[in-house]
Amino acid sequence: MTETATPKPLLEIKDLAITFSTPDGPVHAVRDANFTVMPGETVAIVGESGSGKSTSALAAIGLLAGNGSVSGGQILFDGEDISHASEKRFVELRGNHIGMVPQDPMSNLNPVWKIGFQVKETLKANGLAGDNPKQRVSQILADAGLPNPEARANQYPHEFSGGMRQRALIAIGLACRPRLLIADEPTSALDVTVQQQILDHLDTMTSELGTAVLLITHDLGLAAERAEKVVVMYKGRVVEYGPALDILRNPQHPYTKRLISSAPSLSAQRGDKHEAIVDEIVPGKAEPLLKISNLTKVFDIRKGFGRKEKFTAVDNASFEIPKGTTTAVVGESGSGKSTIAQMVLNLLDKTSGEITFDGEQIGNLNEKKLFKYRRRVQPIFQDPYGSLDPMYSIYRTIEEPLRIHGIGNSASRQKKVAELLDQVSMPASTMHRFPNELSGGQRQRIAIARALALQPEMIVCDEAVSALDVLVQAQVLELLDELQREMGLTYLFITHDLAVVRQIADNVCVMERGKIVEQGTADQIFAAPKSQYTRNLLGAIPGASLI
Amino acid sequence: MLSFMLKRIAQLIPVFIGATLLVYFLVFATPGNPIEALSGGKPMSDATRAALEAQYNLDKPFWVQYGLYLKNLLTFDLGTSFSGQEVSAMLGRAFPVTARLAILALLIEGIFGIIFGVIAGMRKGKWFDSTILIASLIVIAVPTFVLGFVLQFVVGVKLDLVKPTVSGSATWGELFLPALVLGLVSLAYVVRLTRTSVIENKSADFVRTATAKGLSRRRVITVHILRNSLIPVVTFLGADLGGLMGGAIVTEGIFNVPGVGHLLYQAIQKGETPTVVAVVGVLVIVFVVANLVVDMLYALLDPRIRYA
Repeated sequence: MTETATPKPLLEIKDLAITFSTPDGPVHAVRDANFTVMPGETVAIVGESGSGKSTSALAAIGLLAGNGSVSGGQILFDGEDISHASEKRFVELRGNHIGMVPQDPMSNLNPVWKIGFQVKETLKANGLAGDNPKQRVSQILADAGLPNPEARANQYPHEFSGGMRQRALIAIGLACRPRLLIADEPTSALDVTVQQQILDHLDTMTSELGTAVLLITHDLGLAAERAEKVVVMYKGRVVEYGPALDILRNPQHPYTKRLISSAPSLSAQRGDKHEAIVDEIVPGKAEPLLKISNLTKVFDIRKGFGRKEKFTAVDNASFEIPKGTTTAVVGESGSGKSTIAQMVLNLLDKTSGEITFDGEQIGNLNEKKLFKYRRRVQPIFQDPYGSLDPMYSIYRTIEEPLRIHGIGNSASRQKKVAELLDQVSMPASTMHRFPNELSGGQRQRIAIARALALQPEMIVCDEAVSALDVLVQAQVLELLDELQREMGLTYLFITHDLAVVRQIADNVCVMERGKIVEQGTADQIFAAPKSQYTRNLLGAIPGASLI
Repeated sequence: MLSFMLKRIAQLIPVFIGATLLVYFLVFATPGNPIEALSGGKPMSDATRAALEAQYNLDKPFWVQYGLYLKNLLTFDLGTSFSGQEVSAMLGRAFPVTARLAILALLIEGIFGIIFGVIAGMRKGKWFDSTILIASLIVIAVPTFVLGFVLQFVVGVKLDLVKPTVSGSATWGELFLPALVLGLVSLAYVVRLTRTSVIENKSADFVRTATAKGLSRRRVITVHILRNSLIPVVTFLGADLGGLMGGAIVTEGIFNVPGVGHLLYQAIQKGETPTVVAVVGVLVIVFVVANLVVDMLYALLDPRIRYA
């Protein structure tokens, strides 16, 4: 490529329209999309799921799903229209001209081939393996920040952590030095600190190589921090397009405004906070509803040949949750936060320590008392797709706990289900539908309604909003907040997302490798974090420096 | 891995004893006196009868009979048939024939099944896929003996392409048609299993990533879709090998193949306990070993599986 005085755009999307043919007729996933990526530039496409952001990017690398096609407009890559290019042309372009880093590191590496093999075949396919491919592979893995690359190349994906897999995928995406890299939510499945390291590394690599990046993300804060230009997509259209900071500081379209106001990473920085109910409770006088003291959980890990190793998932944790407040337990994956939730729910036996609920120790409850306890403490889990039985209608899902606990007759239960649906802002007609007919956010509302059915005093939310889009996430958090105010609920909120903590929690416990490293009120933690670990977590929230 | 294999091989002992005991008991409990069958219903003096019963241990209680059988087994003496032949010699003649037949059938169903399955899976909903689906359904629905006679008549008699029956030496060439008949039903299952597995894998994220790396379509299919799709197919094939060995009775009957099925059928008719038990014992061992091989292949195909 020769340098010219006025650089030509590397990727130019002109009036792009993409249509999927479905049994119910054509679906217009993208309409009239326009944007350009200059050589070496980073452009972010921001939007919620279904906005067409991934679809637009996948069209540029010829990877639309089988029933999708470009139905209008042009995709110009280096001046060449590739919107209807042949499969053969795309095979030439992929890898060494246009690379991709996919979203989910867990499912994007073939589980049956070694990492080194998967990097090497990328080089071979693009004729870049050279004389010593093994050494080249090690070099590429080392460049992507994997320590000990020779040994790592010899391992299988399941022997890698999520962050390491994402590094391997970045290594593969950049292995052939493409001019354009499509990064599809490259870090959304990772912990914030890992996310920051990986994005930093990606930045360094792409700026060294002069690679242009098309970054797809749902997080406007992250987009603004990493990209020069931002494309905001909503329902298949580009609603706003321009320099990142301009859009962040001066959004024009109502959707962008909403996106900015509900982006957790940004509101966390601004210090938006719900009106804490804790203000109404005189500190010190509030009875702790849940008291955890010296709680420890040790797992046996089998090491083969009958050898066992002890793994301490929760190490001597103590905290209290005052009635009617929200305590967030935050930490990275593997920190033991979910293990605490499971022990509080009595789904997992503790190794030692005490969990006291309303003055009564749980753990040595007999069956009858445990049954009563379950009525008072209800869970909401992370994955609204997995936690609702697909064979149960919404009515049956919400009614089941009432039936099990023998509350009311069928007429009164039907009325109660309608009320509960109303409380979570769902129409009563939803009760005859099934989970697969609802969106993720709607399902999570159903999960909340189910949890509320027994009028519990405490709800344990285990990553309850992590699987949701930002706007939906904000709505669900608002709903939880409202319910707390109306019903005086107590929440134990397990999350990896400090931004969410900022929006909902009164008190915070920060966990690292099984230990609580810091606890205090949310204001204290955010304003003056004491431990280095908390400071790292806070620093890793994207968009931190922008507002 | 090694300790896992040893453990599995050690499991053979109780499985073998259990299976032979059960079969021994079933033949023992079958109504009719084997000596009557031996004499062809002709009158026999009590002294001769007693001598014959003593020779075959038929005068002793069940447990003693079984115990004596096991004791002889330890010295590799499988006993003799009523016609005075060594059971081990009979097995030695019949087993290689059936093994050839079963391996040929397994190759046919494995090779064609996987090839057709992959093509059908990659072209889901196209004419090839629909044809394969309908054809496999027909094959599954039609009983083996009907398929066997039809193929024997059309290919062997009308077209005269191969000999309609198998000679005593049972060469590979002669066994092709019987093997096709034997493997056809399993072939249909392999096609369908491979097809489903390929359809599932071809929309996997890692396949899209492989395509995005710039790999050719051929390489994506052979390296990234095929190996992952073979895992369930290999399980089926391994389990099927045992079925093919034991289930060849009908096919061996149609084509007059002097194999294990043939031997077993005749032995059951005559109530020859040593022969029946020996054949079943060998089949049990084949079954267990085939399953062990499947487990090994499983670990080879999928590195996430590790045995300890």
